[in-house]
Amino acid sequence: MKIQVQESDFDPGAEIAALHAGQPKVGAVASFVGLVRDLNDGESVTSLTLEHYPAMTEKSLREIVDQAMGRWSLLDVSLIHRVGELKPLDRIVFVGVASMHRGEAFAACEFIMDYLKTLAPFWKKEGTPGSERWVEAHASDETAAERWKK
Amino acid sequence: MKIKVLYFARLREVFGVESEELELPGERAYAAAVIDMLRKRGGAWSEELALDAGYRMAVNQTLAGLVTPVQDGYEVAIFPPVTGG
Repeated sequence: MKIQVQESDFDPGAEIAALHAGQPKVGAVASFVGLVRDLNDGESVTSLTLEHYPAMTEKSLREIVDQAMGRWSLLDVSLIHRVGELKPLDRIVFVGVASMHRGEAFAACEFIMDYLKTLAPFWKKEGTPGSERWVEAHASDETAAERWKK
Repeated sequence: MKIKVLYFARLREVFGVESEELELPGERAYAAAVIDMLRKRGGAWSEELALDAGYRMAVNQTLAGLVTPVQDGYEVAIFPPVTGG
C-alpha cells in the first residue's frame, strides 16, 4: 500500500506499472486521475491552491484505503494527493487499485475517490482572473459517498 | 484544561487566526463547549459556528461532532466541508 501527500507531480503510468510489477496474481488494475480544469461554475480558473491539515491528512487517507481493503479483496492500492499551488492541466490525485478481477478494482477505486471527496481534509481555492474563491462542497459528493453505505 | 484549536481554509481567513490555545473550565468537556465559547465572541464567530452553518470539526485528527469528548492537551480543528480530490 502506498499513500502519499506531496507537492510534486506524479507519473500515472509508473504508478500503474508499480501496482502489478512482479505480481502474477494481479489480473486487474483500475486507476483514476483527477485534474485541474480551466473552468468551474462558469468562470475561468487560472490557479488552484490545495490546503490540507497535515497532521490528519495521511491518517484520514489510510483509514479510507483500509476500509476499501476490508470491503473488497484487493492486492494493492496506491493513493497520491497533491497539495500547494496547481494550474489547469495539472494532476491533483491518483488512485490505483490492483485485484484479481476487474469488478473489485473498479468498485474500490470509485469508493476511495467518493470517500476522499467527503472525508479527507483538503480544501481548494480557485484563482480566477482578478479574484480568488474557496470551492464550495457539492451535495452530489455527499450523495456519491452515501450510496456505498447501502 | 487547555486545548489547541486550529482553523483551516475559508474559516481560517474569516476568523483571521490559524491556531490558538483555549482555556476551558473543568477537566473534560464535550466539543460543544469549545464551540459555545468561540460563538460568544460574536460577529463572524457566532455566524460561522451557528448550528446550521455547516462547519466541520475534528478532535485529535479524527472527524468529530459536538458530543465528542475533549480534555487537556487535545487538538480541535474547525473547518469548512472538505473539497479535495
